[in-house]
Amino acid sequence: MDLDNLLERYQAKDEKAFERLYGIYSDSMHGVIYNIVRDHDIAEEVMQDVFIKVWHKADSYSKEKGRFFTWILNISRNAAIDKIRSKAFKKSKQNLNTDYFVDIIETHESLDDKTDAIGVKKFVSKLKEKCKEVIELLYFKGYTQSEASEALDMPIGTIKTRNRNCIQELRNMVLN
Amino acid sequence: MDINAYIESGILELYVAGSLSEKENEEVYALMQEHPEILQEVLEIEAAIIKLTASTSQRSNGHILQNVMKALGFEDNDIKVVSLVKPKYNWITYTGWAASIFLAAGLLWTVNQNKQLQSDIQIAETQQSLLETQIENSKNSLTEANTFITVLRDDNISRIPLVGQGTFADTYAKVYWDKTTERIFLDAQGLPEPPEGMVYQVWSLKLSPLTPTSLGTIDDFTTDTNKIFEIENSNESEAFGITLEPAGGSATPTMEQLYTLGVVS
Repeated sequence: MDLDNLLERYQAKDEKAFERLYGIYSDSMHGVIYNIVRDHDIAEEVMQDVFIKVWHKADSYSKEKGRFFTWILNISRNAAIDKIRSKAFKKSKQNLNTDYFVDIIETHESLDDKTDAIGVKKFVSKLKEKCKEVIELLYFKGYTQSEASEALDMPIGTIKTRNRNCIQELRNMVLN
Repeated sequence: MDINAYIESGILELYVAGSLSEKENEEVYALMQEHPEILQEVLEIEAAIIKLTASTSQRSNGHILQNVMKALGFEDNDIKVVSLVKPKYNWITYTGWAASIFLAAGLLWTVNQNKQLQSDIQIAETQQSLLETQIENSKNSLTEANTFITVLRDDNISRIPLVGQGTFADTYAKVYWDKTTERIFLDAQGLPEPPEGMVYQVWSLKLSPLTPTSLGTIDDFTTDTNKIFEIENSNESEAFGITLEPAGGSATPTMEQLYTLGVVS
């Protein structure tokens, strides 16, 4: 079944379609959330909230506004960022680790249970520092192009092409 | 529009990242509809990003889906419900049945026993009343016997033997007459049992002229054990006779059926 069909069924409140979508995107969302909160229990809690929200807000998704992946990626990142900005979280995580996603992948002990994990690990190990930064900000943190441009102190055009090249490398590693 | 230049610009990577404005997003969507190459490029970027981000997920999250579905109230078949149905038969059931069967059997036995005992009581009661009757009879006989002994010892009592007559020569009887109390005791031991429908009738006789006076019939001859009968007699009797008469007795004696006769000395 193609994605458009699955999304139509999900928006018509089809529980099975929702489960399928969870199957497709949950690892990715979990990775993004964990990268931000860096705590397994909190990541789990945020995951639950995110997918409950995804079910309830099905009507508010529209494919004209963007990819479904991008939509739930936004929900996940926002929920995780809201979590770490909450008072309770700040209290318990005074010295929040500011490492990039790269550290998680490199220290990941059970990578071999994920598809293409070895490819990703290879990519990450060879990844240039500038790629790590831009990917972290654009995909894991949800920065807009202008925010990223400001944070990395480089023109938007440079961000775009650098990111383009980094993702091309990633594609070559994991998709071929 | 140069599709390749558009792809190479890196806008599609930002599109997938969600870094574009709402307007830019709508433009990319419109172009994706027109140009399959753009759509294909977006799909590949998306696939690569999904794999990258999934690599930072260190744990399986299937249980989170279960929690989400529970929270959303899904009726999901994948959720394994532990059956709480107990095995249909256990030892309690078996012992329960065994106990009730045992109890039922016991109850039947008890009911049967009770019936038997009631029947036994009935028999015992019958036997008791029979024995009471026998005791009563014996008492009566004893009283009669004692009275008879008194009579025998009394000097004032006349003893009159009655001798068998004609064809009844082998029969006999005795009369003990107590004149003061105006009664006789007839000892009819020597008479045979009267035939069915016939009774012995006792007569007091005057000899000149021969006048019989009935002293009554002996209706309980068969049932009386000692065959001694007390009969009232206020006559100036000169002789006593016994005849066999139809039940109820006769006004005058049937001479052909005169069994015994004795004259007062």
